[in-house]
Amino acid sequence: MPVKGTIVVDEHLCKGCELCVGACPQNVIALAMDRLTPKGYHPAFLIAEGCTGCAVCALVCPEAAITVYREGARVKAAV
Amino acid sequence: MAIPQIDMEMVYERPEALTDTATHYCPGCTHGIAHRLVAEVIDEMGVRERTIGVASVGCAVFAYNYFDFDWVQAPHGRAPAMATGIKRVLPDRVVLTYQGDGDMASIGMGEIVHAAARGENITVIFINNANYGMTGGQMAPTTLPGMKTTTSPNGRDVEQMGYPVRAAELLSTLDGASYIVRRSLHDPKNIRLAKKAIRTAFETQVRGLGFSMVELLSTCPTNWGMTPPEAMKWLEEKMIPYFPLKDFKVHPVLAEIKV
Amino acid sequence: MAKQLWKGNEAVAEAAVRAGLQAYFGYPITPQTETLEYLSKRMPELGRAFVQAESELGAINMVYGAACTGARVMTSSSSPGISLMMEGLSYIAGTEVPMVLVDVVRGGPGLGNIAPSQGDYNQIVHGGGHGDYFPIVLAPASVQESVDMMALAFDLAEKYRSICAVLTDGSIGQMMEPAELPPMMPVRTTYPDWCATGAMGRERNILSSIQLDPPMEEVVNFRLARRNQEIQAKEVRFKEYYLDDAEFAVIGFGSAGRVAMTAVRAARAEGIKVGLLRPITLSPFPVKELEELSKRLKGMLVVEMNSGQMLEDVLLATRFRVPVEFYGRMGGMMPLPDEVLAEIHELVKGPAQLDVHPRDRWLKRMEAMV
Repeated sequence: MPVKGTIVVDEHLCKGCELCVGACPQNVIALAMDRLTPKGYHPAFLIAEGCTGCAVCALVCPEAAITVYREGARVKAAV
Repeated sequence: MAIPQIDMEMVYERPEALTDTATHYCPGCTHGIAHRLVAEVIDEMGVRERTIGVASVGCAVFAYNYFDFDWVQAPHGRAPAMATGIKRVLPDRVVLTYQGDGDMASIGMGEIVHAAARGENITVIFINNANYGMTGGQMAPTTLPGMKTTTSPNGRDVEQMGYPVRAAELLSTLDGASYIVRRSLHDPKNIRLAKKAIRTAFETQVRGLGFSMVELLSTCPTNWGMTPPEAMKWLEEKMIPYFPLKDFKVHPVLAEIKV
Repeated sequence: MAKQLWKGNEAVAEAAVRAGLQAYFGYPITPQTETLEYLSKRMPELGRAFVQAESELGAINMVYGAACTGARVMTSSSSPGISLMMEGLSYIAGTEVPMVLVDVVRGGPGLGNIAPSQGDYNQIVHGGGHGDYFPIVLAPASVQESVDMMALAFDLAEKYRSICAVLTDGSIGQMMEPAELPPMMPVRTTYPDWCATGAMGRERNILSSIQLDPPMEEVVNFRLARRNQEIQAKEVRFKEYYLDDAEFAVIGFGSAGRVAMTAVRAARAEGIKVGLLRPITLSPFPVKELEELSKRLKGMLVVEMNSGQMLEDVLLATRFRVPVEFYGRMGGMMPLPDEVLAEIHELVKGPAQLDVHPRDRWLKRMEAMV
């Protein structure tokens, strides 16, 4: 059973740079083309099931906009 | 923004040493990654309240808006000298400078070489993105041969404009330097290694071991005319061959510690 | 404390130490290197900070950093080195942190020579760095005065969060005179709220001179201008000799004022009713005093070791109410009492033309000599 995780992207900070999209090993992040952040960017969001809470997206995010959650995690991700 | 109710454990969140202010950096600019790593290290070491940052002149001129600790603003290139002044009167504080190509390796070359030569117990974060970002993409001492910038419109011609400067190599020749390394921010693996290097650099300082500098190969998507992911690829393919990722100087005591 | 024989540059150094100097950053340049050398030994002795920087540029920025922590900090240099510091001085003024600067002026412009001069008056008094800022400037004329002005310089700098410059010259720096040094004051232990010392238990402090928003930058500029007004109202200092019944006055600062003193005494001995006004603060300038004098005197003679820099401030303060003559030596040449006495005789002979600039009349008179 793969570990379950999820992310929350702070849309006040996200600039839609897509680095997380490319970095996600599960390919479950994309930019939301149907909406804009207050600054006019398309924010990143989870598009499907499959997030494992690996935190690689948070690792590459230049805005520190991503908070990562993981089921049953006892230690913080080694980001 | 409402945080949804989540039953899982939180494994990563924005470092405390960063303020809530959204940055002015371009989307995908690695300044953001470097800032985040420095903030994470400062959080992990528990030194936020005794850290004093010296901001330089470049895109990161407003670095002091993004970190929740004391900052001072240096003239272009002079941050290592200001940091020296601060550290000499307050030796128990953690003093860092955050500088770009022009600031550290052009106008500030005298100050950085001598701060390193004197073995000043400060930490320098050097952002190398091969151009002058803030002023619109001019040639920098780190611009690659053949690379087009606004002041080398036909590509850097080494006959007329000379060769790039490898700052980490240069500074590592100084006996006063204790930890001089080059890392990159272009992919997750290298970002992890960069964070370890930044941590080691700050450990150099708090253990009183002397001068530390981490050169971070960085992107400038806007002035390079690329998307952020393209810029990361360009860094990997073009910059790393010229600016190798290595440890150039490591104090023997540092070799023992694990971060 | 008994009087001892002190070399000017070293007396300045020790006086600063006794005033609680916490950090000194400098670079060798003749004729002030003795200050650097003296402190290279004295500061480590007391566990205080000392660095010989890579250049004056490095030195002023080290001062800037230390000043941001609230420490009592100074640097010293001489004309070409001071020019290198101008960038840093403007930043320090814009950030409103206190520091003390000692300029031991030498012949110039350019590389010049190592002989005494007053050619930096405009650069120091009228702010040689970019932008509108107003340093406080003190002008000693002897080793004792240099000593006395060090504690005053730090106090004024901190009171007004300003640069306080002590403008001397190569002769005062190099000469040896008896002087009495004050007792050792303790180094400060309390610091103002604005200092960048690490945000322990408080909101963070940011010290910067950048202000991208023009209305906000203007606020800063108004603050600096009003502070200067306050300084002008409260901190003028000068010395006056034989002015009560004077019909003529010589105006001179530093060594020029000191040489003029000898000439004034000689003139008095001849029965000429002449006095001396020697500004101690060049900024704030003794405008009121000169205004008053201009209303009752028959003539003034400005003596300087430059081509007439304070002269312009005297003309402004006296507003052509009274004839003003000028006598200057430059490039490291020292005016001698006999020369100044001859000028006093010329002044007294009168009447001087008010329509030709005193500098032009002086240049004409000097044609015979140089």
